[in-house]
Amino acid sequence: MDVTSVVGQVQGYSVLAAGLLISLAALGTAIGFGLLGGKFLEGVARQPELGPMLMVRMFIVAGLVDAFAAISIVMGLLLFFAENSFLTSALSATTKVSVGG
Amino acid sequence: MSEASNPGQYIQHHLEHLSLNLKTFTLGAGGGFWTLNLDTLIVSVIIGILVFGTLRFAANRMTEVPGKLQNLAEILVGFIDRTVHEIYHHKTTFMPSLALTLFLWIFFMNAMDLLPVDFLPTVLGFFGIPHFKSVPTADPNATFAMSFTVFFLIIFFNFKAKKHRLLKEMLTFPFGPYLFPINFLFRIIEECVKPLSLALRLFGNMFAGELIFILIAIMPWWIQWPPGAIWAIFHILVITLQAFLFMMLTIIYLSMAHEGH
Repeated sequence: MDVTSVVGQVQGYSVLAAGLLISLAALGTAIGFGLLGGKFLEGVARQPELGPMLMVRMFIVAGLVDAFAAISIVMGLLLFFAENSFLTSALSATTKVSVGG
Repeated sequence: MSEASNPGQYIQHHLEHLSLNLKTFTLGAGGGFWTLNLDTLIVSVIIGILVFGTLRFAANRMTEVPGKLQNLAEILVGFIDRTVHEIYHHKTTFMPSLALTLFLWIFFMNAMDLLPVDFLPTVLGFFGIPHFKSVPTADPNATFAMSFTVFFLIIFFNFKAKKHRLLKEMLTFPFGPYLFPINFLFRIIEECVKPLSLALRLFGNMFAGELIFILIAIMPWWIQWPPGAIWAIFHILVITLQAFLFMMLTIIYLSMAHEGH
């Protein structure tokens, strides 16, 4: 297999992976925040005097919701912008094969 | 963006720690487990000394009519004390002090993110230091160190509060005595996930923030300001929230260890 097709394949899969990482994280947090904000508004509408307390708790849960999505998004961004480590390892493997055989 | 030739290398350069190989005592990674991330260690210790030295200074010079520094310290201590006692109902001086330490230390370590990404590396680059990551909490070693400390405290409090009842609780809790293997397994998983999620949450957020600042720094200089400002303002919220969350979850876990199911 020649080098260009290997590069193309690895890059194609990396782009897919990065897109999935970013989009699924965004999807999950969007649903989570929607539920969270909706329930918060419901709670405040029921008992407005509990607003400040509920706000603090909402932010705590928002931090929980946000966290793992942030990791996923950053892994996606790393694949997009930083040096693709899969590509370098695949390249070194193919050059080894072509030198050896 | 300083000396980098392309964006990939620039990011790569910014993701490398200044590390000390403990096998050979030379700078540079490659020691495997025996690698010490000097930048994380130095920055976190300096921040710790500064923050708690300031608090100590305020405590030593307490006056009847509080000055500005004493006021700030009192507001902080009072706030943490109230937050702790809302959750944890026993008499304690250990928990508020633990919570204060965690909150302030993590907050200021996170706040290193707000320094420009190239500032410390460039300044230290003049002294011949090749890599420097200025945010200690963007290093999983630091966050895992803190969360393992919390984990050991959870175990300690479990033993201290329950003694012989602990085993009974572990074997019989959610499903009753006949399903004891499942109960035991659930309990072990529950306990082991705590330090993992604490550490990864903090690390993930700080790493994400740092990386986005780096990505902004790749843009040409005339367009950097708007996204940089927006992200920095949003990040002030994130760093406070994550420090508060780490403290809050620590207290919740410890009070769960104290009170049981």
